[in-house]
Amino acid sequence: MTEPPAAGGRRLRDVVGGPMAVAGLVVVVLAAVAALFAPWLSPYDPSAQDLALRLAGPGWQHPFGLDELGRDILSRVLAGARISFLVGVVVVSVSSVVGSVLGALAGYFGGWFDELVSRLIDILLAFPGLLLAIALVAVLGPSLMHVLFALSIIGWVGYARLVRGQVLRAREIEFVQAARALGAGTPRILFRHVLPTALPAVVVQATLGMAGAIISEAALSFLGLGVQPPTPSWGTMLNAGIAHLLDAPHLTIFPGLAIALLVLGFNFLGDGLRDAADPKSVQA
Amino acid sequence: MRPGGTTPADAPGGSTPAGPAAAPVLLQVEDLRTGFEADGRTLVAVDGVSFTLHVGETLGLVGESGSGKSVTAFSIVRLVQPPGRILGGHVRFRGRDLLALDEAEMRRVRGADIALIFQEPSTALNPVYTIGDQIAEALLVHGRASRREALDRAQELLEAVRIPDPATRLRDYPHQLSGGQRQRVLIAMALACHPALVIADEPTTALDVTVQAQILELLRDMQQRFHLSLLLITHDLGVVAETADRVAIMYAGRIVEEGPVRTIFREPAHPYTRGLLASIPGGTPGERLHAIEGTVPSLDALPRGCAFGPRCPDRFAACDAERPPAYPVGADHTARCFLHRTT
Repeated sequence: MTEPPAAGGRRLRDVVGGPMAVAGLVVVVLAAVAALFAPWLSPYDPSAQDLALRLAGPGWQHPFGLDELGRDILSRVLAGARISFLVGVVVVSVSSVVGSVLGALAGYFGGWFDELVSRLIDILLAFPGLLLAIALVAVLGPSLMHVLFALSIIGWVGYARLVRGQVLRAREIEFVQAARALGAGTPRILFRHVLPTALPAVVVQATLGMAGAIISEAALSFLGLGVQPPTPSWGTMLNAGIAHLLDAPHLTIFPGLAIALLVLGFNFLGDGLRDAADPKSVQA
Repeated sequence: MRPGGTTPADAPGGSTPAGPAAAPVLLQVEDLRTGFEADGRTLVAVDGVSFTLHVGETLGLVGESGSGKSVTAFSIVRLVQPPGRILGGHVRFRGRDLLALDEAEMRRVRGADIALIFQEPSTALNPVYTIGDQIAEALLVHGRASRREALDRAQELLEAVRIPDPATRLRDYPHQLSGGQRQRVLIAMALACHPALVIADEPTTALDVTVQAQILELLRDMQQRFHLSLLLITHDLGVVAETADRVAIMYAGRIVEEGPVRTIFREPAHPYTRGLLASIPGGTPGERLHAIEGTVPSLDALPRGCAFGPRCPDRFAACDAERPPAYPVGADHTARCFLHRTT
């Protein structure tokens, strides 16, 4: 029904905001495909051990080498990508939906509800996010579920604050008033006219949020608070590699590279999207 | 902006056009007071405004920025934004006091019985929806039509407001239209549900002068065709002269003079009205424009007496002592000025 305006001549780099963003998009898409098809792409079972070859370096048979238990690191990095994406997608989905709805309601209605949400945001923002997540998981016990829960608890705040501000601004826009003058009710105004104005900002935040969630999960797993062995996660792999940092650095290099690349990819993409959504924010 | 083919839409009523005086009362605003909370105080922006609008009549509500004319308009449909608040009075629409309705009932009045046309056609349309979607929304909100019917109806409305090639325009986005066309779209949206009353808040202010005349003409046509009552909010006396049947002049939250448009232009009774009329550019080239001395008083520093007193060339002792009530000046013509005290 609704066609995109002025379809002709928009190139990908204009839409995502520059060459760096395209590079980020490529990295993210490749990683997503790799994660999605990991069971078919993996040359070995990520849990299968070949103890004779433990700590063996990269070679033709095992491009990324083997770990301290003789498991293929490439296969484990691919399997770890599934965990990273799972955490990123779940945490970003939950926190963006919860945060956007709470922020929108707070901004639109104001009053005591706004007061409540705003104070909650203030309190949560007063703690360093990762520290709060560590404390939560430490109390709840280490597991993937608890990591998802803890990261969502700290994640929604950013979306809520963002959307609340956008909604406060949108409330004054004339077309929102015009919709009200047509007799539109609150849900219609909120979902059809107010929230869409906040959407670009939420998309940017969500993209950057993917990077944040992935790195937080890696940190928690590195500390032994996240995904438990034998499930491979980039964070636990890094942790296991510490003991062999000098004699077998490939144990840490490859999962480390994977984290750095994917997080950079999401950050480049997010920055590009932000510039594309609001050209004024481009720093000279 | 060529007027396209017009096909008569289903003109409602179909009753014989009656003169404003004979027509029944549609809207009666009584002692309306609206204020804004600021720093624990209430600044009264609309201070006891009363007027009556008959079926099929156009009332021009004229005033400078900050005179309270737009706040009056928004108060009628109860869309004053916080910290603004309606403090008191009555707004009787077809005999029903709108200020006493609950929000759900009020929503059924907005758009369906009373429609608003906004000042800025560029911001009053949502940039992310098509013209057709937005006109259709007016009908969908009130459950007047299915989506399909609503879009058909939207096309008829675009035709009625003389937008060329309406079938194509329906799928356009606001940024693809000119300012004048956007204002036509807003008028189409306002007319979608056949309201009895249209409130137009500075409908031509944001437009080029040449387009202004076309929009005014369109408004007049629509008014006749749909048998509308029109409350025209403007600071432009020229617009009023062309469009309105009666005029109410607002100053500092009050109506200082009200009467038939001819009478007001020929025999202005309030010094402020005289000043406004004198400040319209005359026909003589090179002649300096007349301006009213001084500035509009701010709401938190209104004089005790007549609000126009400090700027009034005819001021005398009584003016500083108390606020003048509305004195009858002639047939259907009142002025809030002690010059017309008859004792």
